[in-house]
Amino acid sequence: MSIYADLILDHYQYPRNNTLVKGATSKVDLDNPLCGDKIHMEIREKDGVIQEIGFTGEGCAISIASASMLTEYAKGKTKKELLEISTGDVLGLLNIELTPNRMKCALLSWEGLRKLLI
Amino acid sequence: MIDTKQIRKDFPIFKNHPSLTYLDSAATSLKPKSVISKITEYYEHYSANIHRGIYHLSEKASEEYEGTRSVVASYINAPSQSEIIFTRNATEGINLIASTIGVTNVSEGDEIVTTVMEHHANFVPWQQLAFDVGADFKVIDIDENGSLPLKVSGHNSKSKTLVEISDIISKKTKILAIGLVSNTLGTINPVKAIIAAAKKINPQILSVVDAAQAVPHMKIDVQDLGCDFLVFSSHKMLGPTGVGVLWGRHEILKQMPPYQYGGDMIRSVALSDTTFADSPHRFEAGTPNIAGVIGLKEAIAYLENVGLESIRKHEHALTKYAMEKLTETFKECITIFGPADPDKRAGLVSFQIKGVHPHDIAQILDEHDIAVRAGHHCTMPLHTRLDVAATTRVSFYIYNDAQDIDKLIDGLKIATKTFSKKS
Repeated sequence: MSIYADLILDHYQYPRNNTLVKGATSKVDLDNPLCGDKIHMEIREKDGVIQEIGFTGEGCAISIASASMLTEYAKGKTKKELLEISTGDVLGLLNIELTPNRMKCALLSWEGLRKLLI
Repeated sequence: MIDTKQIRKDFPIFKNHPSLTYLDSAATSLKPKSVISKITEYYEHYSANIHRGIYHLSEKASEEYEGTRSVVASYINAPSQSEIIFTRNATEGINLIASTIGVTNVSEGDEIVTTVMEHHANFVPWQQLAFDVGADFKVIDIDENGSLPLKVSGHNSKSKTLVEISDIISKKTKILAIGLVSNTLGTINPVKAIIAAAKKINPQILSVVDAAQAVPHMKIDVQDLGCDFLVFSSHKMLGPTGVGVLWGRHEILKQMPPYQYGGDMIRSVALSDTTFADSPHRFEAGTPNIAGVIGLKEAIAYLENVGLESIRKHEHALTKYAMEKLTETFKECITIFGPADPDKRAGLVSFQIKGVHPHDIAQILDEHDIAVRAGHHCTMPLHTRLDVAATTRVSFYIYNDAQDIDKLIDGLKIATKTFSKKS
């Protein structure tokens, strides 16, 4: 079974929230030197709620799709809710089975989100 | 001609994975049955520690271990087997040089010269040594063809701006560290000519050759190369992991301080003083990888039986075929790195395909039982120089044939099709 399901490919080729955020309250840059994935994430938070979230960067299909899906999920949620997201939840969003080497790609945006919130 | 079908029968992994297309021998090679059996033979028949054992099992183990030294010496045409030092890998060989004679020979204001295409193993130890002692760390750039743009005899660089060796090497240059074959570009560097030109400027220069990607694939003669040190790894040449070789010129080895202290590297120890053994044992402290070293001997026997000239020819043909097929199939969507002329490269091809990340390529190929490498291949300075984050690399050896390349092309077509945009 290929991990490149239609949903993943769709989010990779047409990533959601693939933009900078106006009036961002927090920004972060992350990279995975192993494969050269680079991601920049921004949020605008008000009263503990994520009003806007966006990302830019380059990477493999898994890292981009996961950033797209996670930002889509995060919008409108509270900080508290988002800090409770586990790595398992992210993999659940992607709905694919990953080998250990690809986990880092999938979890790069999750790591970014946590850094933005803490 | 190499009979790959016959050769594959000698590699048990193909029995366990009949549909495997292994295109990652530049990372590590597969192992023939004879090497695996030799390792087992040691553990089952004469599993004893080497040297000083006054019983026949230990004597047999010592004989097999030391026997590898003379096999390795003749394989690379070293004048003496005492110049062959067993390490863990090529990386340790370079670190051994950097942390012994590197430290004693290089001072503030001196220069260490290497190239931008080096594997991290032949880059970071020198960079760090330069930082530690306050030396200048000079890095030779590549030209647009992935070759060194140096003006040396017999080297036909097509580069528009050739650099004179005298612009790089000076009397202050103490170390010249250079790879014989680039693990990413496949470029075969004119190491012999570069060393000769460098030594003309400064006869005191120590030349260190990283031959990890060369020794498994072509005939190497350390005396002909004119280098002072040469390192390689057993596991890339059909041998076991955990064993490397450092060859050093006798006159230099005898002046070098020890690398690590402990058992097996001493002549005598007293409360007030220790005298050290001569090379090679001076540099082999502690119990070595006995089984691994013995296995390497069997790997060399296998390679010599196939014949290094045949191996080189075989890989050259595969590289040419792969480059043609890749270009013909993916046209302007593919970028192949390194020399366009297959004569100037060893058996590996690194490339990028527009719109598909190397990791996604490798993943899709894996779904079809094709093993390739994706990433920076431990050459981050080179990838930065090429302005790419990652590449996909395929590398060939004696068990690969044209069918493997056809399978690769089919796999890559699936990858590009998967990522062609749907609207």
